[in-house]
Amino acid sequence: MPEQWFDACDTDDIDQDDVIRFDHEGRTFALYRTEDDRFFATDGLCTHEKVHLSGGLVMGTIIECPKHNGRFDFTTGKAKGAPVCVDIATYPVKVEAGRVLIRLA
Amino acid sequence: MTPTPRDYSLIGRDAALAEANGIAAAEWYSCPIERKQLKELMKRSDGPALRDTAIWIAALVLSAAGGIYFWGSLWAVPFFLVYGVLYGSSSDSRWHEAGHGTAFKTRWMNDVLYYVASFMILREPTVWRWSHTRHHTDTIIVGRDPEIAVPRPPDVAALLLNIFALKSSVTTLKSLFIHAAGRLKPDEATFIPEMERWKVYVVARIYLAIFAAVVAACFWMGSILPAMLVGLPSLYGGFMTIYFGLTQHAGLAEDVLDHRLNTRTIYMNPLFRFLYWNMNYHVEHHMFPMVPYHALPRLHQAIKDDCPEPYPSTIAAYREIIPTILRQLREPAYHAVRHLPDGKTPVPYNHGAIINPAE
Repeated sequence: MPEQWFDACDTDDIDQDDVIRFDHEGRTFALYRTEDDRFFATDGLCTHEKVHLSGGLVMGTIIECPKHNGRFDFTTGKAKGAPVCVDIATYPVKVEAGRVLIRLA
Repeated sequence: MTPTPRDYSLIGRDAALAEANGIAAAEWYSCPIERKQLKELMKRSDGPALRDTAIWIAALVLSAAGGIYFWGSLWAVPFFLVYGVLYGSSSDSRWHEAGHGTAFKTRWMNDVLYYVASFMILREPTVWRWSHTRHHTDTIIVGRDPEIAVPRPPDVAALLLNIFALKSSVTTLKSLFIHAAGRLKPDEATFIPEMERWKVYVVARIYLAIFAAVVAACFWMGSILPAMLVGLPSLYGGFMTIYFGLTQHAGLAEDVLDHRLNTRTIYMNPLFRFLYWNMNYHVEHHMFPMVPYHALPRLHQAIKDDCPEPYPSTIAAYREIIPTILRQLREPAYHAVRHLPDGKTPVPYNHGAIINPAE
């Protein structure tokens, strides 16, 4: 099956050290930009109680959920302790011509 | 006690009703705030909590030293009063803020403070971490929130006993023995994940070992002085915990999805705000729990026009709370109503749920 890349947003749509929400075909994702301009993507909802991570706080490569302060490393999807116990899915991201592309398949 | 028309257990009738009514793990109202401003407010730093914790520890050490020095005379009383409040009451807000991971930027500092303060306030850290998580998911939703301080009709005797943490401490002691034996209570099993449970059992054994050591030290010294320093302050110094804690939600609406209606923000003096780590801005805390305590006054300024008028003082809040609790003895359905500013209404989706309480 060929790789499927989807155009998510402009690089400038995400501030450095921040996260935005990206919805696509009934699914929701979180797109991250680090302070050194690297881009990452994870599922949009916290694995703990399905809260949108786009409302959370980015600290380095950590995203903190806005509801219960659960944390993930968004570069690996690794849960970083209670109340999140289940890792979050990550997706490959690339930047082409100022656009952020996310691979969903 | 008069039988309650609501079932506050997490495994009973109202737990199922909350799910059926769509108010369990539901979406809550958030006051509008610019993302940039919120990011600024959410920013973590170690500085404020290091400063406040250093002051707190210094005050604990000095008051304990005074209590020990004057032990046996009445002069020890004011020292133990200060020590008790710092140990048995202000540990509540330290436990709370560190549990959210917002006190410090550095995670291990939050964890150390969380475990120490949990012991001081006589709470089991893992149990309370998960119960508090649920409290934030389902604030004052009957059958879902394990931290409803004043179920209706109110248990006034329990409230009075808890001025010195007597009922809550007995409950905790019983729980410690259950947990030390490697078991959970049925309610706890609804919110503590399997993989976290071993921590509950280990910490319960450590708590019991510490208490046994304190009792042994008392016998060895022939004095209760060791217990006055470790253990008993949770009781004799616990009165400010309930004084602050009841103001958060007592007497307000149940089963609403808008913190402006079931939570109080109260203006407090600087000493109270130090002891309580700004949790008087409680609407703000519930709505945006990732904002650290030291940024809550600024958050309050940012959203206050969308919120009910804050209470001007703790006393003013109690002028509402006490009559409401007393009236709820006769009319359990009664509650104090928070009024939104003119032109502000709860967002429609908060009325989408069909509230259908069993009463």
